[in-house]
Amino acid sequence: MPENTEKIEKDKRKIKSVKKMKEIMTLYYIDAKTAAENNKKVAWITSGGPVEPLIAMDIIPVYPENHGAMIGASKMGVDLCEKAEAMGYASDLCSYARSDISCATVNGGPIGGLPKPDMLICGNNICGTVLKWYEIQARYFNVPLFIFDTPFCHTEYYEEMRRYVRSQVDEYIEFLEKVTGKKLDRNRMEEVGRLSVAGQRMWQAVLDTTVNKPAPMSAFDAFFHLALIVTLRGTQTAVDYYQELLDEMNERVKDGIGAVPNERYRLLWDNLPIWYRTKWLSEKFAAHDACLVADTYTSAWCGSLRYMDENDFLNSMAEGYTRIYLNIGVDEMARLVCDMVDKYDVDGLVIHSNRSCKPYSLGQYDIQRIVEEKKGIPSLMIEADMCDERMFSESQIETRIEAFIEMLTHRNRR
Amino acid sequence: MQDILRDMADVVRDPFAYGRKLKADTGKKVVGYVCTYAPEEIILAAGAHPLRLFGTTGTIERADAHLQSYCCSLVRGVLEEGLKGGTDFLDGMVFPHTCDSIQRLSDLWRMNVTQGFHVDAVLPVKLDTQSACQYMIDVLHRFKNDLERELECSITDENLSKAIRLMNEIRRLLRRIYEIRSDQPGLMTGDSLYTLVKATMIMDRERVREVLQKAVEKMEAAKSDTPAKRLLMAGGICNQPQIHDMIEAAGGAVIWDDFCTGSRYFETLVSLDKDPVTAIAERFLQRAVCPAKHAGLRNRAEDLLRMAHERKAKGVIFLYLKFCDPHAFDYPYLKAALDQEGIPSLLLEVEDPLPAEGQLQTRFEAFLEML
Repeated sequence: MPENTEKIEKDKRKIKSVKKMKEIMTLYYIDAKTAAENNKKVAWITSGGPVEPLIAMDIIPVYPENHGAMIGASKMGVDLCEKAEAMGYASDLCSYARSDISCATVNGGPIGGLPKPDMLICGNNICGTVLKWYEIQARYFNVPLFIFDTPFCHTEYYEEMRRYVRSQVDEYIEFLEKVTGKKLDRNRMEEVGRLSVAGQRMWQAVLDTTVNKPAPMSAFDAFFHLALIVTLRGTQTAVDYYQELLDEMNERVKDGIGAVPNERYRLLWDNLPIWYRTKWLSEKFAAHDACLVADTYTSAWCGSLRYMDENDFLNSMAEGYTRIYLNIGVDEMARLVCDMVDKYDVDGLVIHSNRSCKPYSLGQYDIQRIVEEKKGIPSLMIEADMCDERMFSESQIETRIEAFIEMLTHRNRR
Repeated sequence: MQDILRDMADVVRDPFAYGRKLKADTGKKVVGYVCTYAPEEIILAAGAHPLRLFGTTGTIERADAHLQSYCCSLVRGVLEEGLKGGTDFLDGMVFPHTCDSIQRLSDLWRMNVTQGFHVDAVLPVKLDTQSACQYMIDVLHRFKNDLERELECSITDENLSKAIRLMNEIRRLLRRIYEIRSDQPGLMTGDSLYTLVKATMIMDRERVREVLQKAVEKMEAAKSDTPAKRLLMAGGICNQPQIHDMIEAAGGAVIWDDFCTGSRYFETLVSLDKDPVTAIAERFLQRAVCPAKHAGLRNRAEDLLRMAHERKAKGVIFLYLKFCDPHAFDYPYLKAALDQEGIPSLLLEVEDPLPAEGQLQTRFEAFLEML
């Protein structure tokens, strides 16, 4: 293909909204970094934490995990992880946690560190690691910590769990009122709740566009566009942005533009991205006409929509935040993966066995087996880490991807 | 005393043989558990026998098909025994919620080990609020109902009170043994002490009470003035009794601990003046925490320092299982707290089985020499 045509071809596939997204995120981080000057409070919060009351109280939420992803994507993870190890943290610990803990002491990383928190909000619906991580930061910054404790739902969500989490919603609001010295405006809270649900619906709609063939975007795009539903959930900005992105995706569907030029294999990704290798992986798969059309990770931010009631947000968020993808049993996770295989008409499963994330990764062998059995599709397991590049063995992974694609090709011929 | 220790060592060497025999002899139902947040009193009050699993001493053949390399050897060992049928005499298992790995172990056990019933006790992670206390009580009530259903029995308050008294007595006796030995470390080797603690979690508890009572009497009558450098040990569980031999050979002795197979098991008694389930819940909220739980930001360091001062420890050995996240996260802050008070510490990350003996021995020697 002549160089010119190649560029036109490439431009055609570029998602135009990316620019807007970058602008929004830049503004968001400027806002956060200048919070103190503007008399605004900053709360550090976990990615699955209940952010809506913060938004309703004009507290700026900052996400160490999003920061971790940025550190990973800018390949600064190894350096920061090593610094944490020098502080005494074992190299087996979560690389987001390691990066963030050491980053706080040196203001390093791609944005020169996060703004200092006035408070910490830890939702343990994603893991037990965040509890320890936030304890460490609460000691380091000497600021109050609120733990939003969401009991694990191995098989069920019991009535006593609902009562416990619901009472914590009230305790949470009391905590915020005490730290800020302000009362929560209930009308504003209702509005933020509605916007949160609207944003989640819109995000789900964006992800759903990949049921089309070819898929207008890939999981690698979703990893990028995810940032807003994590950081600005509950704002009009997020709703508007995803509306725009949805329009663009629908347009692409109409025009038959796929994320991968000659989409031949449709794959499903499991676990967090390998942030420092998203481009490499994306190109590797695309070179074989394989598109990762969906993933279990980005859909987690709209996966518990069915439990949320936009007109009764505070009551329903207890259940919504407790029954998220990572806070349920392995068998239930396998069921959801099978559903996704059907929904997105997937030919194969790509599993990232992520050393950093035990609740996400332990159980993957069983999920792999169940999906292979029930859906009759092959799978590939990649052993790596989301942020710590030392755990990534390029040649080994390359070989495995090629073997996997060969298997897909072989099955396709049959 | 030697007889007692020999019997207990046999039990610890092959807990499953003991469990099988107990079941055959008494007809009791046996309920397995994996950590000290299992409400033993409720199991006892159901007329059943609580038996703790400590992993495996055998090789791993089946568990690797379910768990990646970065999972701790305790979880891997427990699953291995479940999969290969070592635990097939168990009538059921209870999994209290603690760390991410045990949480997934519960799922994997439920999905792959079909023998016996499976109960989760999804305890709160946060232990220092009113609503967490209420939730803890609710969880224990659910656990009691689950056991009644699975074991087809009725758990009366009277039986609960009886079980509470029995467990309190066992806790008191273990504490007494620790105290006597803390004064005269030469009276019992560390290996024997931890054999006693582990056997307590395996053997018939009435029998345990008798045996511990006897051990206390013998120890109170004995004398030893063998000098030793006094050490604290902190961590999760200890499956490596050889470690104590090495420490003792280097001139040290572990005279107290912050261990799940140690003081966290016996410290804090259950109140007898309350509704029994509430009283059991309150003990879980008040006892020294596993780092997977939260009861404050500095309480673990404070506890460790208090322990070191009370027991006149010269140094602390952190004995952690590799891949145990909650402990590994707490290490830098605990070490810093010790440093501040001028108490030296040594970190050992171990896995079953232990590395070559010489390597560890040298580290202990170097550490003890420094004290």
